[in-house]
Amino acid sequence: MNDATFLGMPAFPAAAAGALRDSQLRGNLARATGTIRSRRAAAVSEQDDWEHLREAGRAVKERTLRHLDRYLLQLEEKVTAAGGTVHWARDAEEARRIVVGLVQDTGEREVVKVKSMVTQEIGLNDALADAGIDAYETDLAELIVQLGQDHPSHILVPAIHRNRAEIREIFLRSMGAYGTAAPADLNDDPRRLAEAARRHLREKFLRAKVAVSGVNFLVAETGTAVVVESEGNGRMCLTLPETLISVAGIEKVIPTWQDLEVFLQLLPRSSTGERMNPYTSTWTGTRADDGPRAFHLVLVDAGRTEALSDPVGRQVLNCIRCSACLNVCPVYERVGGHAYGSVYPGPIGAVLSPQLRGTASEVDRALPYASSLCGACYEVCPVKIDIPEVLVHLRARVVEDGRGRLVPKPERLAMAAARWVISRPARLTAAQRAGAVAARLVARRGRVGRLPGPLSRWTDTRDAPVPPAETFSAWWKRTRR
Amino acid sequence: MTIRRKEPEMNARTEVLDRIRRALADVPASERPQDVPVPRRYSHGGAPPTGSAAAVELLAERLAEYGASVHLVSTQDAASRLGRLVAGLGPGPVVVPRGFPPEWRSTLDPDRVLTDVPALPVAELDRAGAVVTTVAAAIATTGTLVLDGGPGQGRRALTLVPDVHVCVVRARQVMASVPEALAALRPARPLTFVSGPSATSDIELDRVEGVHGPRTLAAVVVT
Repeated sequence: MNDATFLGMPAFPAAAAGALRDSQLRGNLARATGTIRSRRAAAVSEQDDWEHLREAGRAVKERTLRHLDRYLLQLEEKVTAAGGTVHWARDAEEARRIVVGLVQDTGEREVVKVKSMVTQEIGLNDALADAGIDAYETDLAELIVQLGQDHPSHILVPAIHRNRAEIREIFLRSMGAYGTAAPADLNDDPRRLAEAARRHLREKFLRAKVAVSGVNFLVAETGTAVVVESEGNGRMCLTLPETLISVAGIEKVIPTWQDLEVFLQLLPRSSTGERMNPYTSTWTGTRADDGPRAFHLVLVDAGRTEALSDPVGRQVLNCIRCSACLNVCPVYERVGGHAYGSVYPGPIGAVLSPQLRGTASEVDRALPYASSLCGACYEVCPVKIDIPEVLVHLRARVVEDGRGRLVPKPERLAMAAARWVISRPARLTAAQRAGAVAARLVARRGRVGRLPGPLSRWTDTRDAPVPPAETFSAWWKRTRR
Repeated sequence: MTIRRKEPEMNARTEVLDRIRRALADVPASERPQDVPVPRRYSHGGAPPTGSAAAVELLAERLAEYGASVHLVSTQDAASRLGRLVAGLGPGPVVVPRGFPPEWRSTLDPDRVLTDVPALPVAELDRAGAVVTTVAAAIATTGTLVLDGGPGQGRRALTLVPDVHVCVVRARQVMASVPEALAALRPARPLTFVSGPSATSDIELDRVEGVHGPRTLAAVVVT
């Protein structure tokens, strides 16, 4: 896998244990996710038809995915007719090669970039660097991550793990090396920090000849691309350069212009908790009198058709990258985004990454377990992805993959033993009595902590209360005779 | 563009489409897109009615909430109010796109007005103090102004690079909802939806106004 930024990261249980010990990280996350949760709740509560919008959003995505080939061909035809060029990439390597080649064709040595999950996913910046091309991230949070030589940890706000004081430090330390330095008297007022980013990036926007963007939506019917943003860095990249290269997963297409009315209502309220984000840009091909002279659209598969082939898992391709599921997730709030070992963290990452990358690696096999299955993610999902359903489905797949091993996993032995015990009432009663006695022997202060040997695989990640001295069935027999 | 690179791309297209068709083996060959129902029971707008006093009031309230300044003016007063507003913006040239209504433009100081004919270089836009435009539509519920590059609005760079954007909106352009506005807009044109001044939520997920786009947004709504 080309997930270069996360190469060598430990699987979720080990990474999460480390993250949990970082009290600064936990404080930053609790504060930020708490703020955005209440803003989202307020924005959603004033939209009376919210559930109808969610259902329409889900249905539009289902229609699209079940006829994806048709909509992609329609999109290609419309974009081409409007003066754009469409490229297809089977995998990340091919997508990188296409984009690098397009930049080289312009003769330019630098590009400005507007935040794009798919270019993170395919590791585009490293490929550009290898080709001697400087790529400047222009989204504020991406800039913080890039200047801090850090990894993104949230879909919407990749620098969510950083607080204002840390951001000030990064700006003071690193901005000067890449262009306009931060003012020496910079403090940690968010307005001053935003102002420093404005000054730093201004010269880059004004001289840029090539921009690389992602897209939020592609309208098949009209060939229109849509970018939803806040800061205006997107508008700068989409408007000022001569060449625009937009990279999109094949699932970004929607059938009609009317369908956009659903998503332009769902996305901002779910994402930043705003009625509408400050800026949304739409463009169709190229125009002689406005914007880039050349427009390239790179459509990327990179595992999406693999996810599409699973009728249960397919729904993850509904995702519009709002990040509401991250903000409500009790697991994400405590461990942060890095522990997931993927550019897509949180609940959606736990179901998306193992489908895009497969479950061959330890990181990807651990991801379906990075959840308590509480279901909060499904409640807030604007396109109704049943994340708990897919998590359980993927856990089954991971277990299935383990079948046929010469030495069965301890978990499989334990499950076989459990089946033998619970299939006869007498065996169950005896086991419960024995268990209660044993547990009371090893417990400390009413909890069962670390157990020895293979049992530690279970107890390392959870405590259990001590079972009562009398089981329910024993109590029933004694009192209801 | 070389043949060497074009060739594998053609194969990629065929292969991605093949993979999609194989992945969708469970979808009956006879199924058409419209066979997958899309229930549109959500609101399609219409209330308050387009151009009504209630719609204008809602737009003004929502724009103000997101940090735009809003000026409700009568048709008779529009020109003089706009002139005073722009005069009070501080120094620097004011960009006025082609097609901006002459009765409004006449109140602007001619020494400060910059026209985009021929197209202004981006460095000159960067030195401008403000830009004054009309809009294509406005959405009351979300506090959104939409530009489509039509007369009085200009190309997209004009409303992006200067630090102050003054928009003149006519009451009849104010619609209640997103669906109404999208139905009225033409997707073939480059559209920009503006909801308040440039902002970010990237520092501790709280909203801060003023990043790369215009940091001041003023709406003059002519009723």
